[in-house]
Amino acid sequence: MKTFIGIDLGSTTTKAVLLDESERILGRGITNSRSNYETACNVATEEAKIDARFTLFRREFGDGNLTAEAEEFLAKLESSFRLEQFLEQLDDLEETCTAMVKGDRFATTGDAVKAALAEVFVRLRKEAGPMYEPGAERKSDFFRDIAGSRYLNLAEEVGNEMDVAHDVLLNIYDKSIIAVENRPPAGSLDEKFARAMERITDGVVDPSLSEKAARALAVELEETYLVGTGYGRVTLPFSKEHIRSEILCHGLGAHMMYPKTRTVLDIGGQDTKGIQIDENGIVENFQMNDRCAAGCGRYLGYIADEMNMGLHELGPLAMKSSKPARINSTCTVFAGAELRDRLALGEAREDILAGLHRAIVLRAISIISRSGGVTDEMTFTGGVAKNEAAVRELRKLILENYGEVTINIDPDSIYTGALGGAEFARRAAEGRVEGVEA
Amino acid sequence: MKPSIVKAQPGDVEKDASMIKQKQMMAAHYERLSNAPETGEKVASTFVPGNLNELLMCFDLVNNLPEVNAIQSGLRKKSGQYIMEAERAGHSEDVCTYVKSDIGMMMKGNIGPNGRELPKPDVLLLSYTGCFTFLKWFELLREQYKCPTIFLQTPYMADGKVTPNMIQYMVKQFKETVIPTLEEVSGVKFDIDRLREYLAKSAKAEDDLVYILETGKNKPSPIDAYFGGIYYIGPIFGAFRGTDDAIDYYKFLREEVDQRMLKGLGPVTPDGPMGEEKYRLVVEGPPNYTSFRQFWKMFYEEGATVVASSYTKVGGTYDYGFRHDPDRPLESLAEYCLGVYTNRSLPMRIDMLTDYINEYEADGLLINSIKSCNSFSAGQLLIMREVEKRTGKPAAFIETDLVDPRYFSAANVKNRLESYFQMVEQKRSGKGAAA
Repeated sequence: MKTFIGIDLGSTTTKAVLLDESERILGRGITNSRSNYETACNVATEEAKIDARFTLFRREFGDGNLTAEAEEFLAKLESSFRLEQFLEQLDDLEETCTAMVKGDRFATTGDAVKAALAEVFVRLRKEAGPMYEPGAERKSDFFRDIAGSRYLNLAEEVGNEMDVAHDVLLNIYDKSIIAVENRPPAGSLDEKFARAMERITDGVVDPSLSEKAARALAVELEETYLVGTGYGRVTLPFSKEHIRSEILCHGLGAHMMYPKTRTVLDIGGQDTKGIQIDENGIVENFQMNDRCAAGCGRYLGYIADEMNMGLHELGPLAMKSSKPARINSTCTVFAGAELRDRLALGEAREDILAGLHRAIVLRAISIISRSGGVTDEMTFTGGVAKNEAAVRELRKLILENYGEVTINIDPDSIYTGALGGAEFARRAAEGRVEGVEA
Repeated sequence: MKPSIVKAQPGDVEKDASMIKQKQMMAAHYERLSNAPETGEKVASTFVPGNLNELLMCFDLVNNLPEVNAIQSGLRKKSGQYIMEAERAGHSEDVCTYVKSDIGMMMKGNIGPNGRELPKPDVLLLSYTGCFTFLKWFELLREQYKCPTIFLQTPYMADGKVTPNMIQYMVKQFKETVIPTLEEVSGVKFDIDRLREYLAKSAKAEDDLVYILETGKNKPSPIDAYFGGIYYIGPIFGAFRGTDDAIDYYKFLREEVDQRMLKGLGPVTPDGPMGEEKYRLVVEGPPNYTSFRQFWKMFYEEGATVVASSYTKVGGTYDYGFRHDPDRPLESLAEYCLGVYTNRSLPMRIDMLTDYINEYEADGLLINSIKSCNSFSAGQLLIMREVEKRTGKPAAFIETDLVDPRYFSAANVKNRLESYFQMVEQKRSGKGAAA
């Protein structure tokens, strides 16, 4: 099966989308960008391919009309597959950690440390099974977060029992996790799926499900064409024909999700873009912030740190405000100072936060206006589109400035750029797009 | 005069013969300035827009241009530290970075691009008032040098035309203030025939300059009218207008450009001859000087040639027919000052850019909006919208600064430029339509 890949290398996360020949989304993948774009790109693509497999399973199982049994089967298969992935990375982590135990530093303690490490990993593996039961809650989907938090606890436990210094074990972990995380995913996906299938086939009542799944697995996902976009694009080992500007990709992606869109607002980690597109998704004009990233996603991250909150907690708290404070600056440094000032004066946190959200959106409105304003349907994308308080302020300000217009926000809007990229790839493969040769 | 010192060029940078000649001329001029205290030549500081070089030459005054000094500091990566120096002395972050680079340079010993001290001016001639900053700049210089300051007021072309009254008003200023003060400073009696002679020479070089700039109408264009254009305007916007050197330079340049045109070649870039011409652009606004080569590269790497620019008109809009005229010496100097690009109203600038896009068959308009230049930047979004509307060609907006390296974000500029080029491509082919 021909597939077309779009990869959006953002400053915070890297996204990949896989399209099929009929422009349908097969799979989406996301990962943190780290400092290594190449790995991020591999991981996101692999995640999108995994997601694509599940789409194929669903199609094989009858799309839309899945039986409860089929749903259960898929849930089990997914958990089993994630466990498989986790165990594989755990093996890598153990190997890397063990390899760190060498040199003069470990002349006398080496054997004890190795024994302790081995024990930590035995326990980690034991815990892994239940962690990946269907329906089990995990704090995060990133290996680093899951393995990290358990390792810390287990290292302390094992260290005490086996009389190995806790901090030595932690130090080894800290050095190793970076290497493991920056290593491209190893092993073939097919094999991982095969092992994951094996683990769950026992309890399956309807054997036709396994057969259908096997059929879906047999479909080869051919990487027909790939297009990269986003800030990291120039660092990629892609040739020029495989790179498109993120502004064009966002425009096209938004058009695919909402064909009536004429204005796209994207607020990402470090930039805010106002894009005008025509009825074919072609960019007519755009404006974006200059080098100062004030009022972008990072601003919220900074504010969250200042207030000792999680990024995702900001929106809900701001929503509780009934009288937003007037924050004068989107300059992160000034806003930080203003924030502390107001907290000191005893203003409610929710009111201050609501004011900060308004400040961000005000800046975005100015960028939209510079790009040509809002004349028809508008689509809001990027990480900040997930923040309900920002959305509320945007709706208010758009209404005040442009009257009643439809504002589209897709829950998967974070993939807009990658989706546009994938469509560019699909067109390029068809030889349809100017300047991009198939 | 001592022979000029020309620094050896780094082997990896390609230059036209004319560029080398231009650099030699500029270097010779800086040597002349540095030698002034010994040779006894008197120096006038003045600006590029409204530069009255022919008049200054009538009084044996050497022309020193603080803006060009700031540009040289920018190209030599010195402006950053000069600007910080000026900011430490209290100049605001919002002040024009040419000014701060100049002030910082003075604070650091006023060392010019030739590594030698620049002379103290004997007179300050402010001959263009369209930029308010120039006034303030010269107030600072006056305070520093305590020398006579001449203030020639140039009416802004708010109504889009030069009226006889405007010219009379300026000629009156020439007769009553400018010329008497220059006589007093220099000790040289004004001779109008000498002025006529210089003006005739100016007009000759101006003819060739216009010819060269208009070769941009060819496909491919043999010149880059923005990055290359900056070399081309150097002598005539600076200290060489009205001299034989300028006539020679523009003749030489014209032949060089003609050769390229005959062979169907594009401009020469620092990385060698330009490849295929994929995009033809009109650019509005000054360039960035601190990352000049990197900035240029973002264009030529993508096959983008600038076929016409407004920046090459800041020292005179010769392509609109103006020539210095020996038969109307003072009147034509007045007209010259009135006609410079930034003295033109927004509607006039819109007309010019629209004409350029049509006459040079450009793919669109690119605006490089300069953070610290109000003269240029005010109204640019409006200009962009209007030109877009009239030509139906896509426009884009990037933001950099003249000589402050802190305001040049390569990734951001490149991102916008690439998006713009791809947008032009998409629109041009019309094949990008979604299925």
